[in-house]
Amino acid sequence: MPVTIATSIDDACASLAAHPDALVLAGGTDLMVEVNRGVRTIGHVVAVDRIPELRGWSLEGDRADVLCLGAGTTCTDLAEPALASLVPALAQAARTVGSPQIRNAATLGGNLATASPAGDTLPVLAALDAEIELQSAGGARRLPLDEFVTGVKANALIPGELITAIRVPVLDGPQEFLKVGTRNAMVIAVTSLALVVDRPGRNVRVALGSVAPVPLRAVEAEVLVAERLDFENMASPDSDLVDRFADLVADAARPIDDHRSSAAYRRHAVRVLARRAILRAFPRSAPVTA
Amino acid sequence: MTSVDGFSLSINGENRLVVDAVAGESLLFVLRERLGLAGSKNACEEGECGSCTVRLDGETVCSCLVLAEAAAGREVVTIEGLGSEGDLSDVQQAFLDAGAVQCGFCTPGLLMAVDALLDDDSKPDDLTVREAISGNLCRCTGYGRILDAVDRAAAARQAEATP
Repeated sequence: MPVTIATSIDDACASLAAHPDALVLAGGTDLMVEVNRGVRTIGHVVAVDRIPELRGWSLEGDRADVLCLGAGTTCTDLAEPALASLVPALAQAARTVGSPQIRNAATLGGNLATASPAGDTLPVLAALDAEIELQSAGGARRLPLDEFVTGVKANALIPGELITAIRVPVLDGPQEFLKVGTRNAMVIAVTSLALVVDRPGRNVRVALGSVAPVPLRAVEAEVLVAERLDFENMASPDSDLVDRFADLVADAARPIDDHRSSAAYRRHAVRVLARRAILRAFPRSAPVTA
Repeated sequence: MTSVDGFSLSINGENRLVVDAVAGESLLFVLRERLGLAGSKNACEEGECGSCTVRLDGETVCSCLVLAEAAAGREVVTIEGLGSEGDLSDVQQAFLDAGAVQCGFCTPGLLMAVDALLDDDSKPDDLTVREAISGNLCRCTGYGRILDAVDRAAAARQAEATP
């Protein structure tokens, strides 16, 4: 049988070492679409959806402030309250993926492996400076997200390697994931934006999806607001700062015209989402001084 | 095309041997074309329409996106496992009573989705119901009678649960 159903990470890595050209099958929600269309032929397959080590999550570090997510964590799992309270933006992103049926099967590792510019979890992982753990029969290595995603549907995986875990910081501060599509349910992002706030670190990180081959950080916008926002009271920035922030975020986008949207609309949508996200994260009216 | 050796699937509690399958066949294809279980419908083959919804180890999934061989050893429940003529499930009866079936193509997938919803949440509110069936497209009804059917099924299941 050309399908190996792996039951442990070691088992999967051994199969991948024996069949370096094998396809890794997790939830199947991307891979099987290509198989059904006849654009991908199936040879050897290593199914990784029954590996318990890939399904769990844990808190690591001295202060338990690093969340380690198994690559097989499904979008349904990510949206559950326990995980949603640790990384709200990741839960919001997972919640916008496909339908309940898709979210039950689709995994975080699969979203990374597909590395679509429209992958919903990718801007959140970019904003959080996620670290991706890869394992093969030869050992393990970790890559930051921006080194892992290398282009349109391209990543740094080498034959025989499996995505095993994703590490993200648990931050003290609000998070937002916003997505524009043609309707609410079951839609691919025309543009998406993730914003996370680190209150003790006094910074804001913003990442964009669907506006470049890879997820992009809006670094200049981040620098601008880090110096000017009220992290004590989470007071709303004044309208001038909101405008400048939204313009800088929009400037960071590198959108193209395609069948889903025009570049001009995407840039406009990014500006709107940036404004919305910063005002949701910093919602309070300025404190009244006596 | 590579043919594959026979493999077994657990479908509606029965062990079914699949022979003559070709590499890459989806669970939906195997159900319909190899095992004669044509209740699950085939439309989009990309997870958009939900008409092929089955339960896989209890969770609803699109069977068109499950590699059939990779489902070996897991419990598959299809629409044929939900009820049968003369012994309809509460959800099936509610769809009939509410007139929630027009052309019927989306119905098996909706029944599976609603059955799973009511297993998790016996009193779902309107938003929860709409979310639960957001992966099942119906082009006939406009969903009004489907939502009515879900209310009826929820009430029937609660009545059943109350001694």
